[in-house]
Amino acid sequence: MPHDHHDHPHSLLPSDPALRVKALETILTRKGLVDPAAMDAILDTYERKVGPHLGAKVVARAWTDPEFRARLLAGATAAVAEMDISGRQGEHVVAVENTADTHNMVVCTLCSCYPWPLLGIPPAWYKSDAYRARAVREPRKVLAEFGVTLPDSQKVRVWDSTAEVRYLVIPMRPEGTEGLDEAALAALVTRDSMIGTGLAGAPA
Amino acid sequence: MTRVHDMGGRYGDGPVVPEPQGMVPIGADWQKKALLLTLAAGGLGAWSIDTSRHARESLAPKDYARFSYYEKWIAALADLLVAKGLVTREELAAGTADPAPPHDRLFTAAKVAPALAKGSPYTRPGAAPAFTLGARVRTRLPARNTHLEGGHTRLPAYAAGHVGTVILSHGAHVLPDTNAHGLGERPEPLYTVAFAADDLWGAAEREGDEVTLDLWESYLEPA
Repeated sequence: MPHDHHDHPHSLLPSDPALRVKALETILTRKGLVDPAAMDAILDTYERKVGPHLGAKVVARAWTDPEFRARLLAGATAAVAEMDISGRQGEHVVAVENTADTHNMVVCTLCSCYPWPLLGIPPAWYKSDAYRARAVREPRKVLAEFGVTLPDSQKVRVWDSTAEVRYLVIPMRPEGTEGLDEAALAALVTRDSMIGTGLAGAPA
Repeated sequence: MTRVHDMGGRYGDGPVVPEPQGMVPIGADWQKKALLLTLAAGGLGAWSIDTSRHARESLAPKDYARFSYYEKWIAALADLLVAKGLVTREELAAGTADPAPPHDRLFTAAKVAPALAKGSPYTRPGAAPAFTLGARVRTRLPARNTHLEGGHTRLPAYAAGHVGTVILSHGAHVLPDTNAHGLGERPEPLYTVAFAADDLWGAAEREGDEVTLDLWESYLEPA
């Protein structure tokens, strides 16, 4: 069977995670296999530039611009590219819209696939065994742990991301937000509401 | 038949613990380095995302269960570097290596922004889909890699042998079952298939609840 050695090479590294990483970093940089400046550039991207504020802009535009909403639902990869959102772990995006009939929720049971260009790095709970194991079997119990109770009139559709398609949930627009502009609406769109474990917030 | 990562539907895990909204802090310095080394070394192009997923799945079950998220990443990275001949076991054991000139495919800082913005699209020219939207399809039973015993596959065990309905058709995508093992991209039509939760679990939390999965054509047969 592939890779099933009893002596995985990783066991040669120190057992303490910090020392393991330090050893690998030393080896890779000394061997010219990793550029420390590239590591800095990647860190800058995911610590400062790419995060759920980008997905929130997409949702707010979908709420306010019917033509954009139609393009987003017909082909989300191209629609978000209009807003300069694209790239690694967002090569093939599908937007799924919550309605009075259906609540959508996203998981990756096999690993931790997540729409990085729209939401950034996934939260620890999304990558946890508990979420991966339970979201498909008992989504309503999981939602309750996020403080969300759905009406019985709404079915749940859980999207298990088993391929390179990445799903963005478009939450329902909260009531009482008719007068708000896109920026004010985007502030109501939480990260969890775009994964489907939350709802968009009410205006303050 | 299954591997340790294939945990959808499993009983026994505790509650899910929510976190504050907004950008996610990557974590401690070593966790940042684990992420950055994995992405920077991945930029050499020596392995595909399917190969790296399989490396994580191939960790011994006891390691997979006790390692935190980024410990899995760093262990899989070490295993991949040795498998691809980029690092030796002796270097891992020593924790250092003799200096060498930059690799000719070094992922430099200048490559980072364009590479992250472009990603690695997995669509390819390929056969027209055999199933239309609304088609009823049955998944392979048992879930397994038919190209290589014990190999990578993206059909979770919980969805094996079930009948669902095609709701989206995504065109031809690289087949992970072969691509993970250097057996070629062999693009196949990819579909999103919806399954009734009460079919999958015996009883749904609510009648009408559904689970969807993204499945390649060779995982499916007409039902």
